[in-house]
Order: sequence, then C-alpha cells, then structure tokens
Amino acid sequence: MKYRHIKKFALLGAILLSALASHFSGAINSYYLQVVLFIGINITLAVSLNLINGYTGQFSLGHAGFMAIGAYVAAYLSTEHSVGLFRLFGGANIFSVSLLFIGVLLAGGLAAAVVGLIVGVPSLRLKGDYLAIVTLGFGEIIRVLIQNTDAVGGPRGYSGIAGYTTLFWTYSVAALTIYVVVSLIDSTYGRGFLTVRDDEVAAEAVGINTTRYKVTAFVLGAFFAGVAGGLYAHSTTYINPSGFDFQRSIEIVIMVILGGMGSTAGVAFAAIVLTLLLEYLRFVSGYEWLPEIVRRIAANRMIIYSLVLIALMLLRPQGLFGRLPRRGSLSK
Amino acid sequence: MSSTEFFQQLINGLSLGAFYALIALGYTMVYGVLRFINFAHGDVFMIGAFCGYYLTPRILPHFTGAWAPLGVVAVMLSTMLICAALGILIERLAYRPLRSRPKLTVLITAIGVSLFLEYGGQFLFGADPKPFPELIVDRPIEYAGPLSLHRPLSSVLSQMGGFFERVGLTVTTIQLVAMTVAILLLLALTFIVKRTKLGIAMRAVSNNPTAAALMGINIDTVVSFTFGLGSALAGAGGILYALSYPSIDPLMGLLPGVKAFVAAVLGGIGSIPGAAVGGIILGVVETFVGGSAFSTYRDAIAFALLIGILLFRPAGIFGRMQAEKV
Repeated sequence: MKYRHIKKFALLGAILLSALASHFSGAINSYYLQVVLFIGINITLAVSLNLINGYTGQFSLGHAGFMAIGAYVAAYLSTEHSVGLFRLFGGANIFSVSLLFIGVLLAGGLAAAVVGLIVGVPSLRLKGDYLAIVTLGFGEIIRVLIQNTDAVGGPRGYSGIAGYTTLFWTYSVAALTIYVVVSLIDSTYGRGFLTVRDDEVAAEAVGINTTRYKVTAFVLGAFFAGVAGGLYAHSTTYINPSGFDFQRSIEIVIMVILGGMGSTAGVAFAAIVLTLLLEYLRFVSGYEWLPEIVRRIAANRMIIYSLVLIALMLLRPQGLFGRLPRRGSLSK
Repeated sequence: MSSTEFFQQLINGLSLGAFYALIALGYTMVYGVLRFINFAHGDVFMIGAFCGYYLTPRILPHFTGAWAPLGVVAVMLSTMLICAALGILIERLAYRPLRSRPKLTVLITAIGVSLFLEYGGQFLFGADPKPFPELIVDRPIEYAGPLSLHRPLSSVLSQMGGFFERVGLTVTTIQLVAMTVAILLLLALTFIVKRTKLGIAMRAVSNNPTAAALMGINIDTVVSFTFGLGSALAGAGGILYALSYPSIDPLMGLLPGVKAFVAAVLGGIGSIPGAAVGGIILGVVETFVGGSAFSTYRDAIAFALLIGILLFRPAGIFGRMQAEKV
C-alpha cells in the first residue's frame, strides 16, 4: 500500500475511532472527559502552530489570538443564530446540531484565517524575532478588541454557549489537522515551507516566493487555531477574553518547542503530555504533605514553563523529537 | 480641543514618552550589538520598580530635610546598579552560551528568561499589586515667591510654576522629574557612546563584529557593558514609571516592554536617537488617543503604529535599510 493511502486510512480510522469513543463517553467521569477534550484541542493548536513555527520557521506568539477569534465567532453564531436553522430541520436533532456545529466551526476558522491574512501580510515581511513581538502585539490587540465588544459580553465574558463539543468532533478535527499538515509538508509544494525555514536567501534564489509561503502557513495555522477555539468554546460553554491571553499563546508555543519544532508526532505527543501534566500539577499544589515551596511552584506553572524553555534551549534546542539541521547546512 | 488642552496633553504625553524612551534605548543598544531582541528587557524594568519599592524605605529615611533629593538620587543609582548587574548576569548565564546558535534558539531562551523573571517575581514578591512608596511628593508645580539664592532649587521651581500658571498648564513634580531624569540619562548615554573608549568599541562591534574583534576589541566585554547600560536605563525607567503609576506588580513589565520595543522600531532599531524619538512619539500619540473617544483602544494604538511603520518604512525613522549579505 502506498504511503499516501496509509495516511488516508489513518485519518479515516481516527475519525471512526473517535466516533466510537464518543458513543461511550457517557461512561467517563465528566472531569476526565473535559481533560481528554482539552488534549484533543491542544493537539490541534500545537500541530497547527507547528506549521508556522516549526516547518516554516516563523516564530508566532499570537496563536491564542486566532483561537479567540474562532471561539468568539463560533460561539456567537451558534448562540444567536441557531433558532432559524433548528426550525428548518424540525428542532435540535442530531442532524441539525451537526450541521450547525460544522458551520460555526468553519466560520470561526475562516474568520481566524482572514485575520491571519490581515496580520500576516505586513508582519511576515519581518524576520524571526521581530515577528514574535508583532504577533504578540496582535494577540493583545485582538484581546483588547474583544474586551471592547459588548455584543459578546466584553470583559465579563460570554456564557450560555451550548456544549456541542464531543470526543468525536474534537478528535476528528485533531486528526484532520494532523492529516492536512503532514500531507502538505510531504507534497512537492509543501517542501517550500522547509526551504523557507532552512535558508530564506537560498529559497528566494531558486525562485520560491518566500512571502507567499509564509503567509500560507500563517493563514492555514490561524484557520485551525480558529476551529480549535470553536471547539474550546463549545466544550467549556463559557469564554472570556483573559482566557486567550499571552500565557495561553506561550502554552501552545511550549508544546511545539518541547515536542520539537518541525515534528508533528513529537508536537502532538508534547500536547498530550503537557495537558496531562498541567492537570496533575493542580493536584500536586493541593497535596498537604508536600513542602510549602513545592506546592507554590506547582501552583505557578509558568515558572516551570520558563525553566523548561531555558533548559531545553541550552541542552536540547531541537526539542524532544526534533532533528537538528543537517551538518554543513548553510543556515545560521 | 483648545490649545491649552492640547499643550497639557502634550506634556502628559512627553512624560509618558520619557519612560518608553528609556526602555527603548536598552532594546536598541542590545539589538545594535547582538542583532537580537532581548525579550526580558521589559522585565528588567519591572525589577527596577520593585528595587525602588524595597529600597526606598531603607534608604530614604537616612536623608532628611534638604538632603531628601539626594536620597532619591541614591535610590535611583542603587536601582540602576542592581538592574545593570541583573542584565549582565542574564546575558552571561542565558545568552552567552547560545551566541553561535541559531537566532531562534536565543529568542526562545529570551522568552524563557522573561517568563522566569515575571513569574519568579510573582513567586517572590506575590502576585497582588503593591503601592509604590511616595519617593517624590506629587504636586503641581506652583508659583511660591520670587527668586532667592538661599533655596535655589525650590525658587527655580517656583519660577517655572509661575510660567506654567500664566500659560494655564499643570505640570506635576513627578512629570518634571521624569522628563529631567530622562534627558540627563540620554545626555549621559550619548556621552558614553560617543566619547568613551567602551562606547566607541560598542559602535565598532555594532558596525562589524568580526572586524572589531580583529582590531583587538573584546566582544564579551562590550556585550556585557551594553547589557549593563541598557538594563540600568530600564531600571531608572521602572522607578520613574512606578512614581507616576504607583501600583506595581510582577507582570507590569510586559506591556510597557512591548510598547517600548515598538518605539525602538519606530525610531529605527539600532539607532540611539531613534529610540528616544520613537519613545516620545509613542508616548504623545498614546496620550492623545487616551484623551479621545477611543480611549479604550489606548493599548492597541502602539501596535497599529507598528503595522503602519512596518508597511511604509520598515527601517524606522532613523534607520537605514540594509541588504542582507550572504
């Protein structure tokens, strides 16, 4: 069987499996279910950011901003505009809900992609560290804009979102994201992303439109982040602007760096491990028998993140699963 | 907006711009020498504010009466020293081992250092905002009598107050101090960069590190010095900022840090006068937006400015476009 067929079967299998798991999800304790949903959402976020940060080598720090757009657009549409659709299909049955959910997720993703395009075109003319700060700034602007939008609750947040997100939707999206990113990178067109990362000057010299590749990666990454945001909104049923702040972006970046920039499997694995670790730290900070200082550090997870980042960069900059650039490569 | 109101806002903007300028200088100098953005710079600014918070009650009581201004200077100088040491330490421990590595690695480390300072600060100082001590009494400068040689400082202030009253402006002591200190530090910096041996070495490294090293300049010393200098300025900026906005917390450095970076880009990153001018422009623009109908978007305006400058003049006001050499 050819490799590309294997990928398609894997995608199909993953979707079927998540449907099956979803069918039995009623048996799981709702807290565990929430954690498993978060894992799926984080996989989507990390794999999509990896396309920008890992494969294309453009360091974005604003992924939470795109997630926020997806979350708010999807939540707004599904809350305010579901009645007409339901009337058309005779109430909220599985068909109308599925149709609505696919629709709002797509809308959220597309809205994020459009913003990604608007953000990407001016800022992707910049290199590495510039881009990081610009995207950070954009993430903040998006947050400020949402905070000032009264239709979605402003700083109070937006509540009363229907809990449509199930294991099926979450893991189908995660599988689809992985499939799209892997297929893209494996394609002839997709090799261009790696070229842009490895040596921009050489890429330009052989006729690759680097800006176009960067913008493509950015828009695609933003799209999936938006879809993940929609899933997130419909699983927590309440969102507020401060949930999509800089810290959230950093969390996704750390998944990408820990897994290894440019390794989809590694990044997905890191998303699973880090999400579980975070939940576990919540318990650790409550263990009475641990010394006070350990509990306080466990409660402040950003300290751990920062140390992980610094240690990784000093000791293993390629991440757990990444590969170092080939010896003798020209890139610096 | 009447012209008095306009000038009043202008003064408020200038004093805000003074902070941005002080932080932006650190970004621009480090960028000039190492071609890298020190993400943790905004957090050194935060540490500066916390130094002021902890040092003021320990230093200021020793200076009473007419000596009080000297106490302020002592707090300022010791904060600048601590911040300089911190900056040098950060460079030595986190950035120097990575100097020959890809830029992205250094950038990620810088983000790590920044997060470590922010959340380590939260761990050490507590996450809740703290009231900054009243280092300088904040009052409008007013006319208080004619010139007298016995109390030169306060009588000069009184004359200035008289002038401000005549034109209908309110300038507070803190605004005046912020602007004065910023100008003095800028002059000192210009002197260091233009006239001293280390400053000349700094410019040489910025121009061409390899050639500078071949001419016998010790790059490590220059880099340490640059970090120290930039961090000292950020520390001073931190105190001045905390004086005007006397509620400090460990995450306070993030937004001013990013905005100061915008100021540095606006002026042309790598250019010292550019950073000062960029800071002032940003401060003024932000104050005017803050006073307008769009006041809730105040924090977003810096980024809008950034997009504008990147679209139309990516090298900044004072910068020059450079073709990439292969």
